[in-house]
Amino acid sequence: MPAKGYIEVNELYCKACELCVTDCPFDVLALDMTRLTSKGYHPAYMVNPDACTGCGICAVSCPDAAITVYRYERQRPEA
Amino acid sequence: MTVMTDIPAKIVYQRPEAFDPRVTHYCPGCTHGTAHRLVAEVLDEMGEVGNTIGVASVGCSVFAYNYFKFDFVEAAHGRAPAMATGVKRLLPERTVFTYQGDGDLASIGMGEIVGAASRGELLTVVFINNTNYGMTGGQMAPTTLPGQVTTSSPTGRDVARQGHPIQTAELLATLEGAAYVVRRSLHNVREVRRAKKAIRTAFETQKHKLGFSLVELLSTCPTNWRLSPAEARDWVEERMLPYFPLGDYKVTPAVAELKV
Ligand SMILES: Cc1ncc(C[n+]2csc(CCOP(=O)(O)OP(=O)(O)O)c2C)c(N)n1
Ligand code: SF4
Ligand code: SF4
Ligand code: SF4
Ligand SMILES: [Mg+2]
Repeated sequence: MPAKGYIEVNELYCKACELCVTDCPFDVLALDMTRLTSKGYHPAYMVNPDACTGCGICAVSCPDAAITVYRYERQRPEA
Repeated sequence: MTVMTDIPAKIVYQRPEAFDPRVTHYCPGCTHGTAHRLVAEVLDEMGEVGNTIGVASVGCSVFAYNYFKFDFVEAAHGRAPAMATGVKRLLPERTVFTYQGDGDLASIGMGEIVGAASRGELLTVVFINNTNYGMTGGQMAPTTLPGQVTTSSPTGRDVARQGHPIQTAELLATLEGAAYVVRRSLHNVREVRRAKKAIRTAFETQKHKLGFSLVELLSTCPTNWRLSPAEARDWVEERMLPYFPLGDYKVTPAVAELKV
């Protein structure tokens, strides 16, 4: 399935609480254990971007309003 | 490939305008942040940002005034409803709300909140029930559950000695001046959405001058509960919901007619 949307995590705000990771119904997200934010957290990122539907559930979960959600205006062609 | 920049995309969610671009001091995963976000979203949607005055309380949310792009005053511990009464009576066209924890509102400030509700002050109260005094290190609060271990009830709250937890929404709903008093929770996506709707209804109650409005929010304190943020949400569901049932405890007929 091609992605229907994507998210951006503002790493200024992300505190690695992992609630978005737990709540994404499509297992799109994970914490990036290879990087640290300026505050010393492993930020959330899209480990599996092709599964994102742009549903916005992660943004509802995020206590720090770190997530911006985008939805594609038209279908991305199959690779 | 993360993002297909060649295909146009529209933003379906972004950080509320009413939020200051500043990192909060809240612990990771603490749903104080979620409650702040919902207030910001609602005031954005109502176009009330330029017209709102917040009253911060004492507790972890003592710095709430740093996080919103509107005016705020800081009240002494428990006194936010009294201060908000003064602000609202002098500036009746402003939207005025307090943001208070359970130690602040239901312990030291119980007199002030009962007074404000009974007088039917045209205020909105966002009440954060996290079953302890988060800021000062997790002491027992009026909302601490029977048997719950806190730093000041190390063998668990003994109701025979320390009394029963106070069900604030139920208590305040008995007062004539209260127009809208409900309990919601922040422990999952569905409940966060319902909480937002309740906050909107509470602010609309004020805007339409229908009486006092309060939304009690069951909220996590992962740090003092010694749980991960996800475990803390489960604890809300398993432990708090049975004692603090979600529901509408007071909705006057005029409030019920509001379209939200
Ligand atoms: C007059 C006074 N008494 C006691 C305190 C200490 N104190 C600071 S915060 C607090 C309780 C905060 O608990 P709560 O309102 O539940 O907020 P939370 O941190 O849990 O969000 C207390 C007792 C104080 N600041 N002022
Ligand atoms: S928008 Fe939906 S699918 Fe995409 S990461 Fe967020 S929760 Fe997952
Ligand atoms: S919910 Fe927000 S703060 Fe928590 S890990 Fe996800 S993006 Fe970061
Ligand atoms: S101490 Fe508890 S209530 Fe306070 S910010 Fe941390 S998790 Fe939230
Ligand atoms: Mg508290």
